[in-house]
Amino acid sequence: MAQTYRTMLVDPMVDNNPITLQVLGICSALAVTSSLQVAMVMTIAVTLVTGFSSMFISVLRSQIPSSIRIIVQMIIIASLVIVVDQVLKAYAYEISKTLSVFVGLIITNCIVMGRAEAFAMKNPPFASFVDGVGNGLGYGLILMLVGFIREFLGSGSVFGITVLQTVNNGGWYVPNGLLLLPPSAFFIIGLIIWAFRSWKPEQVEDREYRIQTVEAH
Amino acid sequence: MSENNTENRNGQDTEAKFTPEMNPPDRDLPAPEGEVVTSKGFLRRFLDTPADNTAKTMVVALGLCFVASMIVSAAAVSLRPLQEQNAALDKQVNIVQVAGLYEDGIDVAETFEAFEPHVLELATGEFTDQFDPYQFDDRAAADDVTLSAPLDDDPANIGRQANYVTVYLLRNEDGSLDKVILPVYGYGLWSTLYGFIAVEEDGNTIYGLQFYEHAETPGLGAEVDNPRWKALWNDKLLRTDDGKGELAITVAKTAPPAGEDYHIDALSGATLTSRGVDNLIRFWMSERGFEPFLERVRAGEI
Repeated sequence: MAQTYRTMLVDPMVDNNPITLQVLGICSALAVTSSLQVAMVMTIAVTLVTGFSSMFISVLRSQIPSSIRIIVQMIIIASLVIVVDQVLKAYAYEISKTLSVFVGLIITNCIVMGRAEAFAMKNPPFASFVDGVGNGLGYGLILMLVGFIREFLGSGSVFGITVLQTVNNGGWYVPNGLLLLPPSAFFIIGLIIWAFRSWKPEQVEDREYRIQTVEAH
Repeated sequence: MSENNTENRNGQDTEAKFTPEMNPPDRDLPAPEGEVVTSKGFLRRFLDTPADNTAKTMVVALGLCFVASMIVSAAAVSLRPLQEQNAALDKQVNIVQVAGLYEDGIDVAETFEAFEPHVLELATGEFTDQFDPYQFDDRAAADDVTLSAPLDDDPANIGRQANYVTVYLLRNEDGSLDKVILPVYGYGLWSTLYGFIAVEEDGNTIYGLQFYEHAETPGLGAEVDNPRWKALWNDKLLRTDDGKGELAITVAKTAPPAGEDYHIDALSGATLTSRGVDNLIRFWMSERGFEPFLERVRAGEI
Protein backbone atom coordinates (compact mmCIF):
# COMPACT_ATOMS: atom_id res chain seq x y z
CA MET A 1 0.00 0.00 0.00
CA ALA A 2 1.34 3.36 -1.03
CA GLN A 3 -0.13 5.14 1.95
CA THR A 4 0.84 4.33 5.50
CA TYR A 5 -1.54 4.85 8.41
CA ARG A 6 0.60 7.81 9.41
CA THR A 7 0.19 9.61 6.11
CA MET A 8 -3.53 8.79 6.08
CA LEU A 9 -3.84 10.61 9.38
CA VAL A 10 -1.45 13.49 8.70
CA ASP A 11 -2.09 14.24 5.02
CA PRO A 12 -5.59 15.70 5.53
CA MET A 13 -4.19 18.27 7.99
CA VAL A 14 -2.40 20.51 5.50
CA ASP A 15 -1.41 18.69 2.31
CA ASN A 16 -4.87 17.38 1.48
CA ASN A 17 -7.10 19.33 3.81
CA PRO A 18 -10.79 18.76 3.09
CA ILE A 19 -11.66 22.43 3.63
CA THR A 20 -8.71 24.32 2.20
CA LEU A 21 -7.72 22.03 -0.67
CA GLN A 22 -10.92 20.20 -1.56
CA VAL A 23 -13.13 23.10 -0.40
CA LEU A 24 -15.73 20.75 1.11
CA GLY A 25 -17.83 21.18 4.25
CA ILE A 26 -17.77 24.98 4.06
CA CYS A 27 -21.42 25.37 5.00
CA SER A 28 -21.13 23.94 8.49
CA ALA A 29 -17.76 25.64 8.94
CA LEU A 30 -19.55 28.97 8.66
CA ALA A 31 -22.26 28.07 11.11
CA VAL A 32 -20.51 26.47 14.05
CA THR A 33 -17.34 28.54 14.40
CA SER A 34 -18.58 31.54 16.39
CA SER A 35 -17.23 29.94 19.56
CA LEU A 36 -14.38 27.50 20.13
CA GLN A 37 -16.31 25.21 22.41
CA VAL A 38 -19.00 24.61 19.82
CA ALA A 39 -16.38 24.19 17.09
CA MET A 40 -14.65 21.55 19.19
CA VAL A 41 -17.82 19.54 19.79
CA MET A 42 -18.58 19.71 16.07
CA THR A 43 -15.04 18.52 15.31
CA ILE A 44 -15.43 15.54 17.61
CA ALA A 45 -18.85 14.71 16.15
CA VAL A 46 -17.67 14.91 12.53
CA THR A 47 -14.48 12.95 13.26
CA LEU A 48 -16.44 10.13 14.89
CA VAL A 49 -19.02 10.05 12.12
CA THR A 50 -16.44 10.07 9.29
CA GLY A 51 -14.29 7.46 11.01
CA PHE A 52 -17.04 5.01 11.83
CA SER A 53 -19.08 5.49 8.67
CA SER A 54 -15.97 4.84 6.57
CA MET A 55 -15.26 1.74 8.63
CA PHE A 56 -18.77 0.28 8.33
CA ILE A 57 -18.98 1.09 4.64
CA SER A 58 -15.62 -0.53 4.10
CA VAL A 59 -16.74 -3.69 5.93
CA LEU A 60 -19.76 -3.92 3.64
CA ARG A 61 -18.01 -2.65 0.50
CA SER A 62 -18.01 -5.90 -1.46
CA GLN A 63 -21.69 -6.49 -0.68
CA ILE A 64 -22.97 -3.02 -1.55
CA PRO A 65 -24.79 -3.05 -4.90
CA SER A 66 -23.30 -0.26 -7.01
CA SER A 67 -26.74 0.88 -8.15
CA ILE A 68 -27.77 1.87 -4.62
CA ARG A 69 -24.35 2.52 -3.09
CA ILE A 70 -24.94 6.22 -2.41
CA ILE A 71 -28.19 5.44 -0.59
CA VAL A 72 -26.49 2.69 1.39
CA GLN A 73 -23.74 5.13 2.39
CA MET A 74 -26.34 7.73 3.34
CA ILE A 75 -28.22 5.26 5.54
CA ILE A 76 -25.08 4.35 7.43
CA ILE A 77 -24.00 7.98 7.80
CA ALA A 78 -27.48 9.18 8.76
CA SER A 79 -27.86 6.49 11.42
CA LEU A 80 -24.54 7.44 12.97
CA VAL A 81 -25.42 11.13 12.91
CA ILE A 82 -28.76 10.51 14.62
CA VAL A 83 -27.01 8.47 17.30
CA VAL A 84 -24.47 11.29 17.83
CA ASP A 85 -27.30 13.84 18.00
CA GLN A 86 -29.17 11.77 20.57
CA VAL A 87 -26.05 11.30 22.69
CA LEU A 88 -25.34 15.05 22.61
CA LYS A 89 -28.91 15.84 23.67
CA ALA A 90 -28.55 13.42 26.55
CA TYR A 91 -25.08 14.33 27.78
CA ALA A 92 -24.27 17.82 26.47
CA TYR A 93 -27.64 19.55 26.38
CA GLU A 94 -26.36 23.14 26.37
CA ILE A 95 -24.04 22.50 23.43
CA SER A 96 -26.64 20.54 21.52
CA LYS A 97 -28.92 23.57 21.85
CA THR A 98 -26.25 25.79 20.24
CA LEU A 99 -25.39 23.29 17.52
CA SER A 100 -29.09 22.62 16.95
CA VAL A 101 -29.68 21.73 13.34
CA PHE A 102 -26.01 21.52 12.38
CA VAL A 103 -25.47 18.13 13.99
CA GLY A 104 -28.24 16.76 11.81
CA LEU A 105 -26.63 18.42 8.82
CA ILE A 106 -23.43 16.37 9.25
CA ILE A 107 -25.38 13.92 7.07
CA THR A 108 -25.01 16.29 4.14
CA ASN A 109 -21.41 17.20 4.95
CA CYS A 110 -19.58 16.45 1.72
CA ILE A 111 -16.47 15.33 3.61
CA VAL A 112 -18.23 12.31 5.09
CA MET A 113 -19.75 11.27 1.76
CA GLY A 114 -16.53 12.08 -0.05
CA ARG A 115 -14.42 9.77 2.09
CA ALA A 116 -17.02 7.00 1.93
CA GLU A 117 -17.17 7.13 -1.85
CA ALA A 118 -13.52 7.88 -2.61
CA PHE A 119 -11.73 5.81 0.01
CA ALA A 120 -13.87 3.42 2.03
CA MET A 121 -15.40 1.70 -1.02
CA LYS A 122 -11.93 0.58 -2.12
CA ASN A 123 -9.94 0.03 1.08
CA PRO A 124 -9.97 -2.30 4.09
CA PRO A 125 -11.90 -1.31 7.23
CA PHE A 126 -9.09 -0.17 9.50
CA ALA A 127 -7.41 1.95 6.81
CA SER A 128 -10.81 3.51 6.06
CA PHE A 129 -11.33 4.27 9.72
CA VAL A 130 -7.93 5.98 9.98
CA ASP A 131 -8.59 7.91 6.78
CA GLY A 132 -11.99 9.03 8.09
CA VAL A 133 -10.54 10.15 11.40
CA GLY A 134 -7.73 11.98 9.61
CA ASN A 135 -10.16 13.88 7.41
CA GLY A 136 -12.41 14.67 10.37
CA LEU A 137 -9.41 16.09 12.19
CA GLY A 138 -8.31 18.05 9.13
CA TYR A 139 -11.78 19.60 9.00
CA GLY A 140 -11.59 20.20 12.75
CA LEU A 141 -8.22 21.92 12.48
CA ILE A 142 -9.67 24.60 10.20
CA LEU A 143 -12.80 24.81 12.35
CA MET A 144 -10.75 25.45 15.47
CA LEU A 145 -8.56 27.99 13.68
CA VAL A 146 -11.59 29.91 12.41
CA GLY A 147 -13.33 29.50 15.76
CA PHE A 148 -10.34 30.92 17.59
CA ILE A 149 -10.15 34.02 15.38
CA ARG A 150 -13.92 34.59 15.52
CA GLU A 151 -14.30 34.10 19.25
CA PHE A 152 -11.16 36.01 20.19
CA LEU A 153 -11.86 39.10 18.08
CA GLY A 154 -15.66 38.82 18.12
CA SER A 155 -16.31 38.20 21.80
CA GLY A 156 -12.91 38.88 23.33
CA SER A 157 -12.70 35.39 24.82
CA VAL A 158 -11.08 32.00 24.24
CA PHE A 159 -13.09 28.87 25.15
CA GLY A 160 -15.54 31.16 26.95
CA ILE A 161 -12.82 32.61 29.18
CA THR A 162 -12.63 36.38 28.84
CA VAL A 163 -9.28 37.60 27.52
CA LEU A 164 -10.23 41.04 26.26
CA GLN A 165 -12.83 42.69 28.49
CA THR A 166 -15.52 44.02 26.14
CA VAL A 167 -17.13 47.45 26.38
CA ASN A 168 -20.53 45.88 27.11
CA ASN A 169 -19.07 44.35 30.25
CA GLY A 170 -17.27 47.48 31.34
CA GLY A 171 -13.92 46.83 29.64
CA TRP A 172 -12.09 48.59 26.82
CA TYR A 173 -12.35 46.19 23.90
CA VAL A 174 -14.91 47.03 21.22
CA PRO A 175 -15.70 43.60 19.74
CA ASN A 176 -15.89 43.18 15.98
CA GLY A 177 -19.54 42.26 15.47
CA LEU A 178 -18.99 41.05 11.90
CA LEU A 179 -16.88 38.16 13.18
CA LEU A 180 -19.84 36.80 15.12
CA LEU A 181 -21.90 36.55 11.95
CA PRO A 182 -21.54 33.54 9.62
CA PRO A 183 -20.30 35.50 6.56
CA SER A 184 -17.09 36.44 8.37
CA ALA A 185 -16.06 32.76 8.26
CA PHE A 186 -15.98 33.05 4.46
CA PHE A 187 -13.33 35.74 4.67
CA ILE A 188 -11.32 33.86 7.28
CA ILE A 189 -11.44 30.55 5.37
CA GLY A 190 -10.47 32.44 2.22
CA LEU A 191 -7.48 33.95 3.99
CA ILE A 192 -6.48 30.54 5.39
CA ILE A 193 -6.63 29.00 1.91
CA TRP A 194 -4.46 31.84 0.64
CA ALA A 195 -1.97 31.30 3.45
CA PHE A 196 -1.84 27.51 2.89
CA ARG A 197 -1.31 27.90 -0.84
CA SER A 198 1.41 30.49 -0.41
CA TRP A 199 3.14 28.11 2.00
CA LYS A 200 2.65 25.09 -0.28
CA PRO A 201 2.52 26.39 -3.87
CA GLU A 202 1.88 22.86 -5.24
CA GLN A 203 -1.70 23.20 -3.92
CA VAL A 204 -2.41 26.00 -6.37
CA GLU A 205 -4.70 24.72 -9.11
CA ASP A 206 -3.82 25.06 -12.77
CA ARG A 207 -5.44 27.92 -14.57
CA GLU A 208 -8.55 26.93 -16.44
CA TYR A 209 -7.70 29.34 -19.22
CA ARG A 210 -4.63 31.14 -20.44
CA ILE A 211 -4.56 34.61 -21.86
CA GLN A 212 -2.82 34.26 -25.20
CA THR A 213 -0.96 36.93 -26.96
CA VAL A 214 -2.06 37.09 -30.53
CA GLU A 215 0.55 38.27 -32.91
CA ALA A 216 -0.60 40.83 -35.38
CA HIS A 217 -0.29 39.91 -39.03
CA MET B 1 -18.32 -3.01 -14.60
CA SER B 2 -20.68 -2.82 -17.59
CA GLU B 3 -19.71 -6.35 -18.54
CA ASN B 4 -20.73 -7.52 -15.09
CA ASN B 5 -24.08 -5.82 -15.36
CA THR B 6 -24.98 -7.58 -18.55
CA GLU B 7 -24.12 -10.93 -17.02
CA ASN B 8 -26.38 -10.23 -14.08
CA ARG B 9 -29.24 -9.08 -16.21
CA ASN B 10 -29.05 -12.29 -18.23
CA GLY B 11 -29.08 -14.25 -15.00
CA GLN B 12 -32.21 -12.56 -13.75
CA ASP B 13 -34.08 -12.99 -16.96
CA THR B 14 -33.80 -16.73 -16.98
CA GLU B 15 -34.24 -17.43 -13.28
CA ALA B 16 -34.99 -15.21 -10.28
CA LYS B 17 -33.24 -17.42 -7.74
CA PHE B 18 -29.64 -16.42 -7.16
CA THR B 19 -27.53 -19.47 -7.61
CA PRO B 20 -23.81 -19.19 -8.12
CA GLU B 21 -24.15 -21.07 -11.41
CA MET B 22 -26.52 -18.53 -12.90
CA ASN B 23 -24.66 -15.53 -11.54
CA PRO B 24 -20.92 -15.96 -11.85
CA PRO B 25 -19.14 -14.35 -8.88
CA ASP B 26 -17.78 -10.92 -9.73
CA ARG B 27 -14.13 -10.03 -9.69
CA ASP B 28 -14.08 -8.68 -6.14
CA LEU B 29 -15.32 -11.90 -4.67
CA PRO B 30 -13.78 -15.01 -6.17
CA ALA B 31 -15.58 -18.17 -5.09
CA PRO B 32 -13.41 -20.38 -2.89
CA GLU B 33 -11.80 -22.97 -5.05
CA GLY B 34 -12.10 -26.67 -4.51
CA GLU B 35 -15.45 -26.39 -2.81
CA VAL B 36 -18.49 -28.24 -4.05
CA VAL B 37 -20.98 -25.59 -5.09
CA THR B 38 -24.09 -27.41 -3.87
CA SER B 39 -22.73 -27.84 -0.33
CA LYS B 40 -22.54 -24.10 0.32
CA GLY B 41 -24.70 -22.70 3.12
CA PHE B 42 -27.30 -20.04 2.55
CA LEU B 43 -25.10 -17.21 3.89
CA ARG B 44 -22.11 -18.23 1.76
CA ARG B 45 -24.31 -18.38 -1.31
CA PHE B 46 -25.68 -14.96 -0.49
CA LEU B 47 -22.23 -13.45 0.02
CA ASP B 48 -20.98 -14.97 -3.22
CA THR B 49 -23.85 -13.55 -5.21
CA PRO B 50 -22.62 -10.55 -7.17
CA ALA B 51 -23.58 -7.30 -5.51
CA ASP B 52 -25.48 -6.06 -8.56
CA ASN B 53 -28.02 -8.86 -8.63
CA THR B 54 -31.53 -7.36 -8.32
CA ALA B 55 -32.71 -9.74 -5.62
CA LYS B 56 -29.55 -9.13 -3.67
CA THR B 57 -29.93 -5.37 -4.06
CA MET B 58 -33.37 -5.62 -2.48
CA VAL B 59 -32.14 -7.84 0.34
CA VAL B 60 -29.18 -5.55 1.09
CA ALA B 61 -31.39 -2.44 1.03
CA LEU B 62 -34.07 -3.92 3.29
CA GLY B 63 -31.59 -5.55 5.64
CA LEU B 64 -29.56 -2.39 6.02
CA CYS B 65 -32.66 -0.27 6.65
CA PHE B 66 -33.81 -2.78 9.24
CA VAL B 67 -30.48 -2.86 11.10
CA ALA B 68 -30.03 0.94 10.90
CA SER B 69 -33.55 1.63 12.16
CA MET B 70 -32.99 -0.75 15.08
CA ILE B 71 -29.78 1.04 16.07
CA VAL B 72 -31.40 4.47 15.77
CA SER B 73 -34.49 3.51 17.75
CA ALA B 74 -32.41 1.79 20.40
CA ALA B 75 -30.36 4.96 20.86
CA ALA B 76 -33.42 7.21 20.87
CA VAL B 77 -35.40 5.10 23.32
CA SER B 78 -32.57 4.41 25.73
CA LEU B 79 -31.48 8.06 25.88
CA ARG B 80 -34.94 9.64 26.01
CA PRO B 81 -35.30 9.72 29.82
CA LEU B 82 -31.98 11.57 30.10
CA GLN B 83 -32.96 14.03 27.38
CA GLU B 84 -36.32 14.80 28.96
CA GLN B 85 -34.59 15.29 32.27
CA ASN B 86 -32.19 17.73 30.59
CA ALA B 87 -34.99 19.72 28.96
CA ALA B 88 -36.91 19.92 32.25
CA LEU B 89 -33.76 20.87 34.12
CA ASP B 90 -33.00 23.59 31.59
CA LYS B 91 -36.40 25.20 32.20
CA GLN B 92 -35.98 24.85 35.95
CA VAL B 93 -32.56 26.49 35.84
CA ASN B 94 -34.08 29.47 34.06
CA ILE B 95 -36.92 29.81 36.55
CA VAL B 96 -34.51 29.54 39.47
CA GLN B 97 -32.22 32.10 37.81
CA VAL B 98 -34.92 34.65 37.10
CA ALA B 99 -35.98 34.45 40.75
CA GLY B 100 -32.39 35.21 41.75
CA LEU B 101 -31.87 31.93 43.62
CA TYR B 102 -29.28 30.49 41.27
CA GLU B 103 -25.71 29.97 42.40
CA ASP B 104 -23.06 27.79 40.82
CA GLY B 105 -23.17 24.24 42.05
CA ILE B 106 -26.61 24.28 43.68
CA ASP B 107 -28.99 21.35 43.30
CA VAL B 108 -31.42 22.87 40.81
CA ALA B 109 -34.12 20.23 41.19
CA GLU B 110 -34.12 20.69 44.96
CA THR B 111 -34.24 24.50 44.76
CA PHE B 112 -36.99 24.25 42.19
CA GLU B 113 -39.21 22.38 44.64
CA ALA B 114 -39.72 25.70 46.43
CA PHE B 115 -41.68 26.94 43.40
CA GLU B 116 -45.41 26.21 43.22
CA PRO B 117 -46.56 25.70 39.63
CA HIS B 118 -50.15 26.63 38.76
CA VAL B 119 -52.08 26.66 35.52
CA LEU B 120 -53.61 30.09 35.18
CA GLU B 121 -56.62 31.09 33.12
CA LEU B 122 -55.45 34.38 31.63
CA ALA B 123 -58.88 35.99 31.09
CA THR B 124 -59.98 35.63 34.71
CA GLY B 125 -56.64 35.58 36.50
CA GLU B 126 -57.82 32.50 38.41
CA PHE B 127 -55.95 29.22 38.81
CA THR B 128 -57.61 26.24 37.21
CA ASP B 129 -57.61 22.59 38.31
CA GLN B 130 -58.45 21.45 34.81
CA PHE B 131 -54.83 20.56 34.04
CA ASP B 132 -51.98 19.08 35.99
CA PRO B 133 -49.46 21.94 36.29
CA TYR B 134 -46.56 19.45 36.20
CA GLN B 135 -47.74 18.07 32.86
CA PHE B 136 -49.23 21.15 31.17
CA ASP B 137 -47.36 22.14 28.02
CA ASP B 138 -47.61 25.89 27.36
CA ARG B 139 -46.18 25.69 23.85
CA ALA B 140 -48.57 22.93 22.80
CA ALA B 141 -51.50 24.84 24.32
CA ALA B 142 -50.69 27.93 22.24
CA ASP B 143 -51.05 25.82 19.08
CA ASP B 144 -54.11 23.89 20.25
CA VAL B 145 -57.27 25.27 18.62
CA THR B 146 -59.41 24.42 21.63
CA LEU B 147 -57.04 26.00 24.14
CA SER B 148 -56.03 29.17 22.31
CA ALA B 149 -57.48 32.06 20.36
CA PRO B 150 -56.13 33.95 17.37
CA LEU B 151 -55.05 37.55 17.96
CA ASP B 152 -56.21 40.38 15.73
CA ASP B 153 -54.20 43.11 17.36
CA ASP B 154 -50.95 41.30 17.96
CA PRO B 155 -48.08 43.55 19.07
CA ALA B 156 -45.93 40.65 20.30
CA ASN B 157 -46.36 38.92 16.92
CA ILE B 158 -47.27 35.52 18.34
CA GLY B 159 -50.29 34.71 16.16
CA ARG B 160 -52.29 32.73 18.69
CA GLN B 161 -52.44 33.22 22.41
CA ALA B 162 -53.15 30.33 24.76
CA ASN B 163 -56.02 30.74 27.23
CA TYR B 164 -54.03 28.95 29.90
CA VAL B 165 -50.38 29.30 30.94
CA THR B 166 -48.22 27.86 33.69
CA VAL B 167 -47.06 30.35 36.32
CA TYR B 168 -44.81 29.71 39.29
CA LEU B 169 -45.21 31.11 42.80
CA LEU B 170 -42.36 31.49 45.22
CA ARG B 171 -43.38 31.86 48.87
CA ASN B 172 -41.53 33.06 51.94
CA GLU B 173 -41.02 30.68 54.83
CA ASP B 174 -44.14 32.03 56.60
CA GLY B 175 -46.28 31.20 53.55
CA SER B 176 -46.70 34.76 52.27
CA LEU B 177 -46.06 35.41 48.60
CA ASP B 178 -42.50 36.40 47.66
CA LYS B 179 -42.47 36.45 43.84
CA VAL B 180 -44.49 35.30 40.87
CA ILE B 181 -42.69 33.96 37.79
CA LEU B 182 -44.63 34.55 34.58
CA PRO B 183 -43.80 33.16 31.14
CA VAL B 184 -43.56 35.73 28.34
CA TYR B 185 -42.72 35.43 24.66
CA GLY B 186 -42.82 37.45 21.49
CA TYR B 187 -41.04 38.15 18.24
CA GLY B 188 -37.76 40.07 18.15
CA LEU B 189 -35.79 40.57 14.95
CA TRP B 190 -35.12 37.01 13.74
CA SER B 191 -36.81 34.80 16.23
CA THR B 192 -39.39 34.38 18.94
CA LEU B 193 -37.88 35.16 22.33
CA TYR B 194 -39.10 32.90 25.14
CA GLY B 195 -38.51 33.96 28.70
CA PHE B 196 -39.70 34.48 32.23
CA ILE B 197 -40.37 37.65 34.17
CA ALA B 198 -40.26 37.64 37.95
CA VAL B 199 -42.59 40.12 39.69
CA GLU B 200 -42.49 40.94 43.39
CA GLU B 201 -45.37 40.27 45.78
CA ASP B 202 -46.75 43.81 45.28
CA GLY B 203 -47.68 42.80 41.70
CA ASN B 204 -45.94 45.86 40.29
CA THR B 205 -42.19 45.72 40.92
CA ILE B 206 -40.10 43.70 38.48
CA TYR B 207 -37.48 41.50 40.05
CA GLY B 208 -35.90 40.22 36.84
CA LEU B 209 -36.34 39.14 33.24
CA GLN B 210 -34.62 36.31 31.49
CA PHE B 211 -34.92 34.76 28.04
CA TYR B 212 -34.14 31.07 27.75
CA GLU B 213 -34.59 30.65 24.02
CA HIS B 214 -34.02 33.01 21.11
CA ALA B 215 -31.93 33.35 17.96
CA GLU B 216 -31.14 37.06 17.88
CA THR B 217 -27.93 38.43 16.33
CA PRO B 218 -24.90 37.44 18.41
CA GLY B 219 -23.22 40.48 19.95
CA LEU B 220 -26.20 42.77 19.24
CA GLY B 221 -29.71 41.44 19.87
CA ALA B 222 -28.34 38.45 21.76
CA GLU B 223 -27.14 40.93 24.39
CA VAL B 224 -30.59 40.37 25.96
CA ASP B 225 -28.66 37.61 27.74
CA ASN B 226 -26.02 40.00 29.04
CA PRO B 227 -26.17 40.02 32.87
CA ARG B 228 -25.48 43.76 32.87
CA TRP B 229 -28.54 44.44 30.75
CA LYS B 230 -30.72 41.99 32.67
CA ALA B 231 -29.73 43.77 35.88
CA LEU B 232 -31.40 46.94 34.57
CA TRP B 233 -34.80 45.31 35.04
CA ASN B 234 -34.42 44.92 38.76
CA ASP B 235 -36.74 47.23 40.77
CA LYS B 236 -38.44 48.75 37.73
CA LEU B 237 -42.19 49.32 38.00
CA LEU B 238 -44.88 48.06 35.63
CA ARG B 239 -47.66 50.58 36.31
CA THR B 240 -47.86 54.06 37.73
CA ASP B 241 -49.65 54.92 40.96
CA ASP B 242 -48.66 51.73 42.83
CA GLY B 243 -50.10 49.52 40.13
CA LYS B 244 -53.45 51.26 39.87
CA GLY B 245 -52.43 53.57 37.00
CA GLU B 246 -51.42 53.12 33.40
CA LEU B 247 -49.02 50.47 32.11
CA ALA B 248 -45.83 52.53 31.81
CA ILE B 249 -42.94 50.06 31.52
CA THR B 250 -40.92 50.82 28.37
CA VAL B 251 -37.78 49.53 26.69
CA ALA B 252 -36.53 52.58 24.79
CA LYS B 253 -33.62 54.93 24.22
CA THR B 254 -35.16 57.66 26.33
CA ALA B 255 -37.20 57.53 29.50
CA PRO B 256 -41.01 57.64 29.16
CA PRO B 257 -42.97 60.59 30.65
CA ALA B 258 -43.71 58.50 33.72
CA GLY B 259 -40.02 58.63 34.68
CA GLU B 260 -36.87 56.54 35.08
CA ASP B 261 -38.58 53.93 37.26
CA TYR B 262 -40.45 52.69 34.21
CA HIS B 263 -37.55 52.83 31.75
CA ILE B 264 -35.16 50.10 30.63
CA ASP B 265 -32.44 51.39 28.35
CA ALA B 266 -32.70 49.78 24.90
CA LEU B 267 -29.79 47.70 23.62
CA SER B 268 -27.49 49.71 21.40
CA GLY B 269 -27.27 48.35 17.88
CA ALA B 270 -30.34 46.19 18.39
CA THR B 271 -33.26 48.50 17.80
CA LEU B 272 -35.60 45.83 16.48
CA THR B 273 -34.84 43.30 19.21
CA SER B 274 -35.36 46.02 21.83
CA ARG B 275 -38.63 46.99 20.20
CA GLY B 276 -39.67 43.34 20.22
CA VAL B 277 -38.90 43.02 23.92
CA ASP B 278 -40.81 46.25 24.59
CA ASN B 279 -43.82 44.97 22.65
CA LEU B 280 -43.87 41.58 24.27
CA ILE B 281 -43.53 42.93 27.81
CA ARG B 282 -46.24 45.52 27.26
CA PHE B 283 -48.48 42.88 25.69
CA TRP B 284 -48.08 40.28 28.42
CA MET B 285 -48.41 42.82 31.23
CA SER B 286 -51.57 44.32 29.71
CA GLU B 287 -55.21 43.37 30.35
CA ARG B 288 -54.89 40.72 27.63
CA GLY B 289 -51.93 39.19 29.42
CA PHE B 290 -51.31 38.88 33.11
CA GLU B 291 -53.04 42.05 34.36
CA PRO B 292 -56.15 40.23 35.73
CA PHE B 293 -53.80 37.96 37.68
CA LEU B 294 -51.48 40.76 38.80
CA GLU B 295 -54.52 42.67 40.04
CA ARG B 296 -55.27 39.75 42.32
CA VAL B 297 -51.64 39.67 43.42
CA ARG B 298 -51.83 43.38 44.30
CA ALA B 299 -55.04 42.77 46.25
CA GLY B 300 -53.16 40.13 48.24
CA GLU B 301 -55.48 37.33 47.13
CA ILE B 302 -52.79 34.89 46.10
